[in-house]
Parts: sequence; structure tokens; C-alpha cells
Amino acid sequence: MDRSLVTAAVLFGLLLAMPFLLPLIGSAYLSGLIIKAMLLAIAAISLDLLIGHGGMISLGHAAFVGVGAYATAIALENGVDDIFLLLLITLAVTGLTALVSGSLALRTSGLYFLMITLAFGQMIYFTLTSLAAYGGDDGLTLWSLATVFGSNVLQGGNGLYYLVLGTLFATWWGVYRISRSRFGRVLRAARDNPERAEVMGYPVVRFRLIAYMIAAMIAGVSGLLLVQHAEFVSPALATWQRSGDLIVVIVLGGLATRNGAILGAFFIVIVEEVLGSFIHEWRLIYGPLLVLMVLFAKGGISHLLMPKGAKGYAS
Amino acid sequence: MSTLEIRKLNKSFGALTVSRDISISIGEGQCHALIGPNGAGKTTLIHQISGVLRPDSGHILLDGQDITQMSISRRVQAGLGRTFQITSVLPSFTALENTAIAAQAKAGSSLRFFRDASRETALNEIALSTLQRVGLADRAAIPAADLSHGELRLLELAISLAGKPKFLLLDEPMAGLGRSESVALVALLSELRGSLPMLLVEHDMDAIFQLADTVSLLVDGQVVARGTPDEVRADAAARAAYLGENAA
Amino acid sequence: MSTTLFLILCLNGLQYGMLLFLIAAGLTLVFGVMGFINLAHGVQYMVGAYLAFAYVQLTGSFMLAVILSLVTALILGLLLEHFIFRHLYNRDHLDQVLATFGIIIFLNELAKVIFGPATLSIAPPEFLSGSIQLTETLRYPIYRFVTIFAGLVVALGLYLTISFTRIGMLIRAGATSAEMVSALGVNIQRLFMIVFGVGAMLAGFAGVIAAPIFAIEPGMGDNILIVAFVVIITGGIGSIGGAFFAALLVGLIDTLGRSLATEILSTVFNPSFANQIGPALASMLIYILMAAILVFRPKGLLPAKGVS
Repeated sequence: MDRSLVTAAVLFGLLLAMPFLLPLIGSAYLSGLIIKAMLLAIAAISLDLLIGHGGMISLGHAAFVGVGAYATAIALENGVDDIFLLLLITLAVTGLTALVSGSLALRTSGLYFLMITLAFGQMIYFTLTSLAAYGGDDGLTLWSLATVFGSNVLQGGNGLYYLVLGTLFATWWGVYRISRSRFGRVLRAARDNPERAEVMGYPVVRFRLIAYMIAAMIAGVSGLLLVQHAEFVSPALATWQRSGDLIVVIVLGGLATRNGAILGAFFIVIVEEVLGSFIHEWRLIYGPLLVLMVLFAKGGISHLLMPKGAKGYAS
Repeated sequence: MSTLEIRKLNKSFGALTVSRDISISIGEGQCHALIGPNGAGKTTLIHQISGVLRPDSGHILLDGQDITQMSISRRVQAGLGRTFQITSVLPSFTALENTAIAAQAKAGSSLRFFRDASRETALNEIALSTLQRVGLADRAAIPAADLSHGELRLLELAISLAGKPKFLLLDEPMAGLGRSESVALVALLSELRGSLPMLLVEHDMDAIFQLADTVSLLVDGQVVARGTPDEVRADAAARAAYLGENAA
Repeated sequence: MSTTLFLILCLNGLQYGMLLFLIAAGLTLVFGVMGFINLAHGVQYMVGAYLAFAYVQLTGSFMLAVILSLVTALILGLLLEHFIFRHLYNRDHLDQVLATFGIIIFLNELAKVIFGPATLSIAPPEFLSGSIQLTETLRYPIYRFVTIFAGLVVALGLYLTISFTRIGMLIRAGATSAEMVSALGVNIQRLFMIVFGVGAMLAGFAGVIAAPIFAIEPGMGDNILIVAFVVIITGGIGSIGGAFFAALLVGLIDTLGRSLATEILSTVFNPSFANQIGPALASMLIYILMAAILVFRPKGLLPAKGVS
């Protein structure tokens, strides 16, 4: 059996059992931390579809988390609280935003694409800060949250935990399927050699745009869940530093690997916690660690964790 | 009816005219060779046929269909296969995957998001038989990045063939090949010749004499001589412009 | 709106544009010549501002602080180049993003640790602290004029260097084709080092002259970095002339937009709608400009030209 599947089984098994284990340790704080890592992982997996499989280095991906979160928050503020309706709104808004910004950004590739996604991300960030009616710079605390068939089972506690876990699983499974599908294969072909893919008969930009929209919509869903978890939304979700964090997660975890984004997300959240508990200025260590990792330990932790399982680019 | 017809193609960059009233027509089962000195406009002509450049005026018809304004990928879908002068494959894909994904473009929609493409037997069978045809079947599982230059030239051809083209554009297929590899490739192409019309751009005159039914000599963006390889060889203009140095 | 206000806004826009130019110039050169994406360029701007603050505290002289800051910014740039960037030129862009991102995280935090999270400021030097009477109703601070002037001087200097010196020729050649430059037998490593050092110094200089105008705070370089990206995309990557005009354009549009968008909108729409949309639209203007350039002139307003 594939080693990465074993890793995944252990990971999801642990996450599934966590609500039963945590009361034994007696830590509600830990459960929040795990939800945080899972939400990070969902957004990171979607970014891996772009960067790992598609070769499109976007530095504005967190903006879609922000757009999804704000779409949800604004809908909630206006009395929409059915989770399915919220999901629909989030998907529509993030998908549309991605359609517009993607059509422009994908006229270019490489470093231009990187800078343009960065710029569009920043534009979205500033747009969110100027939403005076919804908190502006300071963000917005939400007094009503999503319900499912009128029940508030998703408002905190295990209901929310399992919703996030279920979404993580669906994202993990779905993106893996996509990467192996006909569509994913064209996406990887375009990453490898766009000219050749074009001369195989594939309109590369269209495929990239679809991937860009899928990734944005998944990121948007992580934003929806984030609102439900934090009961608060702020433009800080959409800063480009957040986008940078997402890149760190997927590179640390290993690009285009089955579990890389999840491992990377948990690794980062744990490192932040552990370093942060020793020294308040943990970023003084974290920053140079990143630099050293790039200079000396290419390939990410997935190579350290599972030297054989991670093949760099899965094919 | 001609399979590929180029009608009065003109293209210039500022004061530099690279294509001057070029008309070429290549019929069913024909192999037409395009020769000419460097800078004669062969590459820009290839670019206009494949869609990298748009001509200023004139038309290109593939199997009767006007493809002049189509995008590169649309032309391929319409049946125009091509190989590149500088090898262009998907390095992280195996030889089989390289060929299978080319076949995929002609076998239903690629907007399928769930089924594992590498397990689509229909595609893999087309890919494998195409690899067999070019003699690469035993290298099917090797990533393209690990293939030799000669093998890559063959893979390049297999990729084009897997897309089931109606017409094949061969841009210096012999480039960089050793003597014996060239001979093998010429043999392979002459097998294809009867069933698949092609336009061959090549410097290797031996290959041209073996493969081409007709030849156009391009000088300064203009076709200055055309006919059978022997006729063109006999043409004085051809000697002066191009073949002279080779014949000596 | 009065003409006076409009004039002041234009001057502010010019002055912001000059600042953007100083940052974008280094960024576009490093980018164009080396194909290197330096996210840490913005943080070098922040470093410049903090250096100025520290040296003013230390020496009490603004002018002395300017000189010391420039030297320190240059040294810091060269050190970064030597120990980190040099090893990343041939790596893929993702590595460059990650490493420079790590530097940003580190330096932002370091600034916070040394100087605290609160905003700091320094006063412009005594002899530049007054203002000039421009028209009967318009006075404008001398210091801001001096920053515009300084930007112009740097722009002219860069233009002359790039147009008429050997190193400028190499930079132009490098922006078109790096292989060509190494084919000329030039020590490409040293060229990169010089370009990088100058870029770092210019960003630092921008930070220094911004210090008396804007708040000095950790992370102050992060947002301006992105505006600088907008500038070089708009102007054309690798092009100093493009960076100059695009910087002024972006500076003016941003400054005027922020002050006037609401007012202009309210002439068409009802005021409460204008109040809501105005600020959002204003902050989007420069990105809309960039998007329009991408659609109509994908290579930018003044694309870099190689030596022919």
C-alpha cells in the first residue's frame, strides 16, 4: 500500500478521534488550535493545486480566504444563516472574483503573474478595509452564525469541529482526484511546458483559469468556516503576509504531494505554538529558519518525514 | 483537394518582409519539403502555419477549413500536428504519459475532474501503439527527462501522431541526430508518408531526396523554385542561392 | 474644491511618486537584470527609516544621519547579497519568494524588538523645516520640496549612468538578455552585486527621506513594496524611465483619488452612496490602472530597451 495513504489514514484517524481524546487531556484550547491548523490546511491544499500542480505562483491567495469570509459575514449580517445558502453565496462570490482577477492575471505568467496576484490581493485587502458598514479596518464581530436546517449544531463545539474536518477531508480527497484526472494532467502538462501543451491542442489559459477559480472557491470555503469558528472577520485575513504563510506551508510540506499541505499546516501551527511559548519574539527565529531551509534543505519537510513517499511532483 | 493550402501569404515586420506572396498546396499523401538558406523565412512561415504569428494577408486552409485566424490549440484540434525544431516534450511525464495526454486531446473532453486519467485504458492503448510505431514501446515508463536526445526526437513525433493529425508539420526533425538515428527516422517517416501528408523543413538534403514528393525553395521570403527534388536541384536559381555550396 | 487644495494634492502626489520611484528603481533593476524577485526590497526601505531615526538620536544631526544611513543601508544590502541572494539567482522563483519572505519576517520583528511596536517620527532638519509661500494662499513645506528635488536628482543620475556609462550599458544589456552579458566576458557576479547594492541603497534612501514625513513603524515597507510592484508593472519591467513615469502617475492618481474620489462621486450619486463607495474606489484606482495597462500595453508604458 502507498505510504502516503497510510500517513493520511493515521492523520485523519487521529483527527477523527480527537474530540474524544481531548477531554481526557482536558484542553479546549488544543481543539481550537487543531481547527486553526485544519483551516490553514484547506486553504493550503487549494493553493497547492495552483502552485504544485499548476506551476502558477500566486502571492494573493489569502485574499480569497478574505473574500469568502466577508461574503459569509455580510450575508450573515443581512439575515442569511442557512449554511447551504452561505456556501452557495461564498462559492459564487469567490468564483466570480477569481474569474475577473484570473482573466487579467493569466494574461501573463511567471514573475509577472506573481506580482499581479500580489497586487490584486492587496487591492482586495484595501477594498475590505474600506467596507465601513462592516467594520472597516477593525473587522466585525458576528452575533449570528450559520445554522443547518435551523439548528445551531455548527456553532462551536464538536459540530463545528467535524464540519471543518469533513471539509478538510473532502478538499484533500477532491484535490487529489483533480490532480490525477484528465483536467489535472493537462494542468501539469501546462506547468511542465505550456507551449507543448498548447500544441497538443489544449488552450492553456482556459485550463489555468478553471484551476484558479477552483482554488479560489476552496479558499473561500475555508474563509466561511473561519468566520464560523472565530465569530469574527477582519481584513487581516487577506493580507499578503497570509498568502506568504500559505506558500510556506505548502513548500514546507512538499509541493504536489498527497499530504504535504496538511503536514505543513500542522507543522507551522505547532512551530508557532512551541516557539511562541518559549520566546515571544519567535519570528526572530522563524524568519532565519525559512532562509536556511531554502538555502540548505530543499524539498521541504515531506522529504525529511517520508524520504520515499514524496516524489516531488506526483504524476 | 489539397490537405494544406497556403494562399498568397504575406507577412512583414516593419520594413523587413519575411513572407512574400507565398502559395503552397500539399495534397493527400504528399510530402512537401521546404528548403532555403538561413533567414529565408522558413521559421516565420512555420510560425504562421502553426499559429504563433498571424499573416498580414493571405489564407491557410487545412482540409478545406480556413484556420488563418485560429489559436494555436484550435489548429491542433482541427488536425494540424507539428514537431518542434528544438525538442519540446513534458519532462516530468513518462513517454507513455506524454503520448497519452496528446491522445486525450482528441478523445472527448478534458474537463473531467475525478476519474484517474492514468488508468484510462483506451488512452493508454493509443499511446502505447503510437510508441510502438516509432519504436519507443520499451521506453514507455521512462520519464522524458531521462530519455536520450534521439529518443526525444522520436517521442516528439509520437506526441504529434497520438493527436491523430490530418497533416503533419515537421520542423527539422533530423536536427541533432547521429547518422544511424537519421536513417532510422527517415525510414519511419517514409512509412508514414503515404497515409499522412506533411510539410518538411529540413537541412538534411539526403532526407529530402528520400522523403519529399515536391520541394519549394524559399529565398528572401519568396518561393523562387518549386518542383520535384530533382527539378529543384537542377534549377539554376537554386544552385546559386542555396545548393551551390552543398553541391561543391 | 479650491485650486489651492488641488495644487497641494498634486505636490503631495509628486512627492509620493518620487518616493515610489526611489523604491521601484532598485526593484526594477534587480528584477530586470537578474530576474530576481526581491520581496525584501520593501523592508530595506523600512530599515532606511529606522537607521535615520537611530542616527539622528545618536548624532543629533539630520544630514550626518542621512549619510550614515546610506552607508549602512549599502553595507547591509551587500551583506544580504553576499550571504543570501547570491545563492538564489539560479533558483526557482518559489525559493526566492520564501527566502526573501523569511528576511521580511525577521527584519520586521527585529525592528519591533529594538524600537518597539509604536510609531516613531523624526523632525526634518532645522534649515528645511519652514515652508514656502507659493501663491497668496498656498504655502508648502520646504522639506517636501526637497524630497521631490532629491527624487529628480536621483532619477537624472540614474538616467545618465544607464545611458552613458559602461555599467549602464551592461545593465541595459542584462535587462534584455543575461546570456549576452556573460557572453561579453563581464564578471556578472560583480555586476549583480553592484546593482543589488545600489538598489538597496536607493530603497534605504527612500526610507530616510520618508522618515520625517511618514510614521516609522515595523512593517511600513510591506505595503509600499506592493505599490512599487504596481509601478514597475505599469512602467515596464527593467525600465528606469518607465519606473519614473509610472511612479509619478501612480503617486498622483493615488493621492488625488484618495482625496477626491468621494467628492467626484457625490456629484453623480447621492452622498451616502458616494461616501461608502468613494474610499473603496480610491484605494482600487492604482490597481485598476495596472489592470488596464496589462490589457492594453502588456509590456508596460515604457518597456526596457536593450542595446541594439
